[in-house]
Amino acid sequence: MTAPIIELDQLTKKYDDQYAVDHLSLTINKGEIFGLLGPNGAGKSTTILMMLGLSEPSAGSVKVCGLNSTSEPLAVKQRVGYLPDDLGFYDDMTGFENLIYTARLNGIDRKTAEERALQLLKRVGLLDAAHKKSGKYSRGMRQRLGLADVLMKKPELIILDEPTLGIDPEGVRELLQLIRHLNQVEGITVLLSSHHLHQVQQICDRVGIFVQGKLLAEGNLEELAEKLYFEDLFVIDVRVDHIDQQLIKQLNEVKGVNRVAQISDKEMAVYGESNITTDIANIIIQTNTGLQYIQQRNYGLDEIYHRYFEGADHSAKNTKS
Amino acid sequence: MQRIQSLKGIFSKWIYSSENNNRDYIPAFKAIVRKEFTDYLTSWRIIILLLLIVLTCAGSLYTAITTIQDALNVDEEAKNIARSSFLFLKLFTISDGTLPSFISFVTFLGPLLGIALGFDAINTERNKGTLSRLMAQPIPRDYVLNAKFTAALILNSLLFVALGLLVMALGTLILGIPPTLEEFFRMSCFLVLCIAYTAFWLNLGILFSVRFKQAATSALASIAIWLFFTMFYNMIVKVLSQTILNPENISSTEEALNKQEFVLNLMRLSPNYLYTESTTTLLSPSVRTLGPYTVEQSTGAIAGPLPLSQSLLLIWPQLTGLIAATLICFAVSYTIFMRQEIRSK
Repeated sequence: MTAPIIELDQLTKKYDDQYAVDHLSLTINKGEIFGLLGPNGAGKSTTILMMLGLSEPSAGSVKVCGLNSTSEPLAVKQRVGYLPDDLGFYDDMTGFENLIYTARLNGIDRKTAEERALQLLKRVGLLDAAHKKSGKYSRGMRQRLGLADVLMKKPELIILDEPTLGIDPEGVRELLQLIRHLNQVEGITVLLSSHHLHQVQQICDRVGIFVQGKLLAEGNLEELAEKLYFEDLFVIDVRVDHIDQQLIKQLNEVKGVNRVAQISDKEMAVYGESNITTDIANIIIQTNTGLQYIQQRNYGLDEIYHRYFEGADHSAKNTKS
Repeated sequence: MQRIQSLKGIFSKWIYSSENNNRDYIPAFKAIVRKEFTDYLTSWRIIILLLLIVLTCAGSLYTAITTIQDALNVDEEAKNIARSSFLFLKLFTISDGTLPSFISFVTFLGPLLGIALGFDAINTERNKGTLSRLMAQPIPRDYVLNAKFTAALILNSLLFVALGLLVMALGTLILGIPPTLEEFFRMSCFLVLCIAYTAFWLNLGILFSVRFKQAATSALASIAIWLFFTMFYNMIVKVLSQTILNPENISSTEEALNKQEFVLNLMRLSPNYLYTESTTTLLSPSVRTLGPYTVEQSTGAIAGPLPLSQSLLLIWPQLTGLIAATLICFAVSYTIFMRQEIRSK
């Protein structure tokens, strides 16, 4: 269950004087969906290329499926499916032919290849378009064909580089569902890189935040929030009929509350270190100020991401000045 | 000693592993070759060029045949003379002045075909994003380049062998004179030479396709080199030779010979010249030497055709030079490609 499938140890890639990937250590376990989250140019694609042995690390080591990607790239590529960010197909071949070609490159015999191709096309919902030239596919269809293409070799691990780029929301939803299905039903480990927070949030078990070649934090959402060391880990939004100073004072006295910010004459936000929703609700009811709603604000990746970026920007500016 | 031993170990290990690889990945290699070959056959660019070559060659063949027939009809005796003077080979070299001969067409269009086959081999795949997908499959990286080269070479060889055999068949049918065995061998050698010559331009195209990211740039670069060698190189050497061979500066026969040789060697830097030189030697057995020779050397020589082995000996340096140039282009593109990072776009 917790056997590692990707092990990066002090992985470094240097272009001229600049670090694209800076001493990255990361372990991804079998069976999970891991999201690599970072802005453009953070080094996500470079890391992925090194995992596949398509780019040589300047230092450190990459192990995928227990194999060293740098010295045994072919064995790794037999087990790993990779969907590049700007994937292309041979436009004058049909979707089906493209899949068959991939299968032949993987040494799968023609009959098995045809069966599997049809099966996969059906699964990604492209059976109707199977014999249409892939040049006529829409962006969303290409991405789904890409997923089928990656699955042709029956991989243990699939690496998806920005799989949702440029697809409409409905397409994204379908694609993500498909990915989750693959993970849950077939037990394929998924590594997903993206700069879209919400999508990563939707399907990833764990997330690594990656800025300027460094992994700033990894873990599930809660862990990330904790690691961020927010003073105000919990934020509770409250709306009442009217806010008076008495109420604010009382709320401030509750154990765990750091501060109370009044937003309007009816709304306020309570910042605290622990989950104090119940206590706050009790006080509001006791003071009889007419509770309209009370809600604990969920930290989305947006928030986390933003905080990290602020941090990264600051440190970048500091080193420059 | 120990070092040699360890070297040996590394070497055998390398051979062993490459053998292993070869066996495992041959289906993949074949798949790429097949796909590339089909691509060529279905691409308009190649179809048009093939048609162009076939048509021009048919045209030149037609003029050659009519010229020869006219000569034959003059006299019954002419036929007998023709048999002994390699008339059949004239099909490739003769023309009545309205259309250039078969070899001049091949000299001109062969490079174009080679360039057309090679100039977008790698960069188009890169730009379309198929290269990174291809590289994510378990195939050794060089297989992509090798397979593309193989596919183009197969097409190229097919074209020339087919053309050559067609010419032979038509010639026999129309002229009524079958080729002798020697003529057949000479023609086969000529076809090999054509293939090698086109392969050089093919590799130049592949080299540029690896080096330049845009297909247009690589096409233009290859065509520039082709134009340079077909048109400008001759002129440059001629201008140079005017100063080098200026009679005022030459004091002895030996010097004159050396300088003449030097100019000739300059010319031989051009693959076109190498090709023309060797085809002429192959198809006109009466050519006895490719360098300058003195009257002294020629006196006493009996005018007559050279046997094939001697003709081959004469063009051996040209042929090896041409193949070497091809290999150099391939080696350079190979090294560049192996070191290149396969990054999408």
